[in-house]
Amino acid sequence: MIQEKKNIDTPALPVNEAPIIEITDLHKSFGKNQVLKGVNLIVNKGENLVILGKSGSGKSITIKCVVGLVVADKGKIKVFDTDITKLDNAQLNEIRVRIGFLFQNAALYDSMSVRENLGFTLKRHVTNLSSEELEAQIVEVLESVGLADAIDKMPSELSGGMRKRIGLARTLILKPEIILYDEPTTGLDTITSREISELILEIQKKNKTSSIIITHDMACAKHTADRLMILKDGIIHAEGSYEELEKSDDEWVRSFFI
Amino acid sequence: MIIYLKNTFNDVGKVSLFATRFFKEVFKPPYEFKEFVKQCYVIGYKSLPLVAITGFIMGLVLTLQSRPTLAKFGAESWLPGMVALSLIREIAPVITALICAGKVSSGIGAELGSMKVTEQIDAMEVAAINPFKYLVVTRILATTLMIPILVIFADAIGMLGGYIGVNMHSEINLTRYTSQVFESLAFLDIVPATIKTFFFGFFIGMIGCYKGFTAANGTESVGLAANSAVVTASLTIFIIDMLAVQITDLFF
Repeated sequence: MIQEKKNIDTPALPVNEAPIIEITDLHKSFGKNQVLKGVNLIVNKGENLVILGKSGSGKSITIKCVVGLVVADKGKIKVFDTDITKLDNAQLNEIRVRIGFLFQNAALYDSMSVRENLGFTLKRHVTNLSSEELEAQIVEVLESVGLADAIDKMPSELSGGMRKRIGLARTLILKPEIILYDEPTTGLDTITSREISELILEIQKKNKTSSIIITHDMACAKHTADRLMILKDGIIHAEGSYEELEKSDDEWVRSFFI
Repeated sequence: MIIYLKNTFNDVGKVSLFATRFFKEVFKPPYEFKEFVKQCYVIGYKSLPLVAITGFIMGLVLTLQSRPTLAKFGAESWLPGMVALSLIREIAPVITALICAGKVSSGIGAELGSMKVTEQIDAMEVAAINPFKYLVVTRILATTLMIPILVIFADAIGMLGGYIGVNMHSEINLTRYTSQVFESLAFLDIVPATIKTFFFGFFIGMIGCYKGFTAANGTESVGLAANSAVVTASLTIFIIDMLAVQITDLFF
């Protein structure tokens, strides 16, 4: 059954399962441009939620609000059952450690090698690690993304796909319970996109992570999504599985799947 | 004109808030000591050749240009003392600070600006790492400590340039030259001039960091941040210098 919505007041919750992320009536404006006009969504534990929408519809802003990179004007954002809009910076950081964020361009630290990129984050949160343990964890996480041999490379020496994988490794090193992917396959060829999509699924299964995936890549959406939402005019316009939305009565919704 | 003034005061307010944040963060642990040392190396050690060449030329040219005037009054023997006073009190601190505004402040502005544009600063933030502490505090501390050292280095090299300048037209050995230099210098010539270099260093770092850290999103803003850092830092150096001279005059 397709759930098409003009605005969702209370998203349907699977029985006996507490949502790991719950966004209620999220508003955000930049000057006179009102980007989010009351977004409501939930992400259940272990679920991959894909958000689709036209460029500039506020998909990235939504996930940036979840980690407190963008401050919401109005609304509740509950992560791990804590409303992050009411937290101070130190409390927010405690939540952030449990969330991974893969940026559109991976956002690797240019001045650091791959090893330093990964170690930089880990050393600051796990302070009692010996250098051998640190190295072992870096190698392990690089192996999980299939790039153990890139450990001494600088970000400028990496291809787009490799940068995304290293970016993913950097988020995985803190063993996050939630991962937010901001267009993980944008700018990549079909084969590499497929590899990244498979990696997202693998991480979900292996690490039992819950994710929000922002994408324009329908192949990635089909491959990774447990559930999809489509953002239009600052609200969630439609919600359902890939197959449900593909057969939607709404022509605008169907246009994403052509 | 009113809009320009409004924007200027707006900027001054934002820089003040930025500086306040620096003083709040600087004493709070954790301390990024390794990054601070790295920045000292980049800002201090890597600027040495540039400061050395400039310092040497300043000393040499100042000596050669002053010589004919002093010769008219038969006061050539005052040349080492005069050059030392001019260099230590004014020329070496200001010129070195201006060179560092060009090299260091623009470098910091461009580096932090590009990190902002490519979301590297956001990446630190979401990883629960304080980017202000890691990027800004370390750089401002490094410039505050390194600029005075570079100025002292420029003073010394400038004296050497002066020695060569004096020897081009007359003959004087290094011991006599050095003793003439130190005879003409008083404690109060050195201390206020050195104190003001800490302020130069602080503002060179702070303006570079502010411009980079608050760069807008887009590659164009990286160039703007670098350019604006140099212009603002250079102007600030002249303003601080003017205030420092007034204050020194008032008390000493």
